[in-house]
Amino acid sequence: MSAFFFDIDKQRPRITRREAIRRAMFAASGLVLANHLSFKAEAAPRAARAKAVIQIWMWGGPSHTDIFDPKPDAGYDYCGPLKTPIETNVSGIRIGELLPLLAKQADKYSLIRSMTHGNNGHETASYIVQTGRQPGGRTVFPCVGSVVSLTKGYDAGYKGLIPPYVVLTEPQGRFDEAGFLGQRFKPFATGGNPALTPFAVEGVIAPGVTDQRQKNRRELLHHLDTLAQALPEDPQIAAATQSENMAYDMILGDGAKVFDLSQEKPEVRERYGKSKFGQSCLVARRLVEKGIPYVTINYAGWDTHKENFQTMRRQLPDMDKGLATLLQDLSERGLLESTIVWWGGEFGRTPKVQWEAPWNGGRGHYGKVFSALLAGGGFKGGQVIGASDARGEEVKERPVYPVDLIGSIYAQMGIEPATKLPNPEGLATSVMPVATDGIKSAGLLKEIMSA
Amino acid sequence: MLVLAVAVKLSAATPYENPGELKPQGRLDELVFARWHALNLTPAQLCSDPVFVRRVYLDLLGTLPTATEAQHFILDRTPDKRRVLIDRLLARDEYADYLALKWGDLLRIKAEFPINLWPNAAQSYHRWVHDALRDNLPCDQFARRLLTASGSNFENPPVNFYRAMQNRSPAGIAQTVALTFLGERADHWPSNDLANLAVFFANVGYKTTAEWKEEIVYFNPAATNAGALNGSPLNAVLPDGTKLQLSPDQDPRVVFADWLVQNPQFARSFVNRAWAWLLGRGIVQEPDDFRADNPPVNPELLAFLEQEFVSSGYDFKQLYRLILNSTTYQISSLPSGGGDPAAAANFAVYPLRRLDAEVLIDALDQITGATEKYSSAIPEPYTFIPDNLRSIALPDGSITSSFLEMFGRPSRDTGLESERNNRINAAQKLTLLNSSQMQKKIEASRMVEFQTSTNRTPAEITTGMYLGILSRFPTAAETKTAQDYFQSGIGKRQAVVDLAWALMNSTEFLYRH
Repeated sequence: MSAFFFDIDKQRPRITRREAIRRAMFAASGLVLANHLSFKAEAAPRAARAKAVIQIWMWGGPSHTDIFDPKPDAGYDYCGPLKTPIETNVSGIRIGELLPLLAKQADKYSLIRSMTHGNNGHETASYIVQTGRQPGGRTVFPCVGSVVSLTKGYDAGYKGLIPPYVVLTEPQGRFDEAGFLGQRFKPFATGGNPALTPFAVEGVIAPGVTDQRQKNRRELLHHLDTLAQALPEDPQIAAATQSENMAYDMILGDGAKVFDLSQEKPEVRERYGKSKFGQSCLVARRLVEKGIPYVTINYAGWDTHKENFQTMRRQLPDMDKGLATLLQDLSERGLLESTIVWWGGEFGRTPKVQWEAPWNGGRGHYGKVFSALLAGGGFKGGQVIGASDARGEEVKERPVYPVDLIGSIYAQMGIEPATKLPNPEGLATSVMPVATDGIKSAGLLKEIMSA
Repeated sequence: MLVLAVAVKLSAATPYENPGELKPQGRLDELVFARWHALNLTPAQLCSDPVFVRRVYLDLLGTLPTATEAQHFILDRTPDKRRVLIDRLLARDEYADYLALKWGDLLRIKAEFPINLWPNAAQSYHRWVHDALRDNLPCDQFARRLLTASGSNFENPPVNFYRAMQNRSPAGIAQTVALTFLGERADHWPSNDLANLAVFFANVGYKTTAEWKEEIVYFNPAATNAGALNGSPLNAVLPDGTKLQLSPDQDPRVVFADWLVQNPQFARSFVNRAWAWLLGRGIVQEPDDFRADNPPVNPELLAFLEQEFVSSGYDFKQLYRLILNSTTYQISSLPSGGGDPAAAANFAVYPLRRLDAEVLIDALDQITGATEKYSSAIPEPYTFIPDNLRSIALPDGSITSSFLEMFGRPSRDTGLESERNNRINAAQKLTLLNSSQMQKKIEASRMVEFQTSTNRTPAEITTGMYLGILSRFPTAAETKTAQDYFQSGIGKRQAVVDLAWALMNSTEFLYRH
């Protein structure tokens, strides 16, 4: 049985919380978060620089050494055929050879080459990377998108018709994104495919139903809604009516135009690439322009156990074109200043290639070290944070834990670390962990956060 | 097939109520009525037969009655036909499917993160719970089997009770046990009490085997997590304050289970859950939040149900039968005295609730003849899910769909009743009103095909669709509206599709009422 398709974590030995904290305190590579006051002290004077996040979620775990952390000197058993990284427009930064367009935008983004959490299971690692928390407690914490939806969404004055947290095009699954915040803070999944015309956003665009027929049958519905007529004061029905009105504003009003890519010039659509990912990047830019604070592009297909290099050659050109154009386009429109672009997956991949059958040049799960990209929203470009060792197998300097990256995003968004997360069990939970949570941290990404 | 005149004769002022005086059916009703009297509340009227048949199918089976089932019941003139129907439904397969769905939520039956039961253990656990409910295993034995089980997660399914929790420390287990079987949030307890309860779970051991993802849960006398049994008796305190000594050769879980099932709070938590599932809110609300400062709205009623439940031998079907046959359960959702919150809190009106996600998609599929495609996100071991599996019968909370997620299916992380979210929102409305998913189901349905392909008149079509979708005959006014729509020049097929669409988007369809 092929163990490593799955979460191979065996049951960890049970240790007490005190012991967990003690171990973490003494761990060589990380300190426990002192408390969120330390984050607060750093973040307090900052005004929000970023208004929105575009998260490119590389579902499956992208190969760090083939993409943003090439190791050409490690030899064929590590690099395979991808052994000639390319220079970027920032001197000293080289990236994978399949990313020529991103090489020309390196001044706009920073690379973190020392992401680490050590977990090799998809679900668990996804949870750690997107919440900054460790599994095993009693609760499931919300991911960054749900926290932004809570703090920048309808309860914080957001008035848009489009929900404040949108995912293109399918939900990530594997864990409940909203955690204990509940269903209200889950993402709105568009469904459909933006590379097709029309982009049939589920529920918004129904091909074949004219506006006139929409109006006729809505009238029929109201005539026949006998129970609603008999219950004029029922709060459930009032809520349903309000939701129905919002839905029809989307169906018949201007709200849905944000998804209508035919409003873009053909050459713009072409620049992003006609792939699903490229057009998703274009939709994400349009959503951010309309004030949606959090957009996730769920980009699957990076779990390259088999034939890693063929997959890289097939998929990286789409990623290169879409992401490079997104950065350039946001920048040209003056939106990059206020929009964080966060690229990354749940872990990296084993730097040593598995040449033997059935993998045929595959790479396994690797949580010990991996890469992430951050751009915009007050993060400096043209920088590299941390480093992995000569083969990309260990963190060599400046470890970055998921909570450090997430905390930095919150800081740029002006979200206070101590902001309460409403918890149905009445537990005291806040946006960032506290000391007793025993979460490893090496501090915010001050290197790329302008003073 | 159907004679419209019958429907007109049967219909009252509204199709939802039976006018007349409310009569108590027994002690349960007397206790509820006494409360109304004391608070000067005017209750709603008795619900009509069409409302009853739909309500009791949805509440007991999580399933719509078919057009034929609804029609038979409505036209049946047997005086005690409601009682007969209740008994018949309690024997149906869907009863166990739907109840196993509720218990699956409470026990967090889920293959993946954060529970990580793994597919085959989730399936065998669900099967065990399902069969126990189908066979009406007395609830004290149900709890005891779960609490005292030892062995392999694959071979002895109840051991998965101890695996289906993120926090397996003794205190974490104690919290889960208190929530599941006492309906109490141990976070609110004094910390000593939680530590005391944890002692009973300090010797739960876990070990893996050579078999992929097998895990053994066992009594481990050597565990030292919260107080060891170092060869000498250990002092322990039960949640009610009783002090006792645990001997080294005794699994403390057994001692606790013996105490638990004798404790009145155990019975109260069960009857309160059952009441909340049928009446829309608990006598203690939230139904899993018993505490001193959250008193029952009707203490005598709670005490009566508790006594009945205990004296029946913890017979859950008998408990359901008692509640379902009451007048209280059978009152209408149309309030008599405006929207007085006290009336709702005291069960003087049946509350509207949006259908559960699984129930809703099953209802849509039953009407249209569609099926859902489900698959497990874990590729191996391969999980076979037949196309015709009802969504209420899904064994594993990790097997899901965008529809189920959108309509508030619980993530099964905590076992709290409130994890299930049945509140409507705009995204749900978009799906129901305008998604390709809904459109395809309706356009391709056998119902549309049947109604358009024969020489049926608009009135006959309307009657057939009302019975299939809303479980009742249309009123004269509704038939007239539908006939006018048929004659508006849009063509028969489109009129049928739009009528089906309108009824499936109506409040009456989407809500228990």
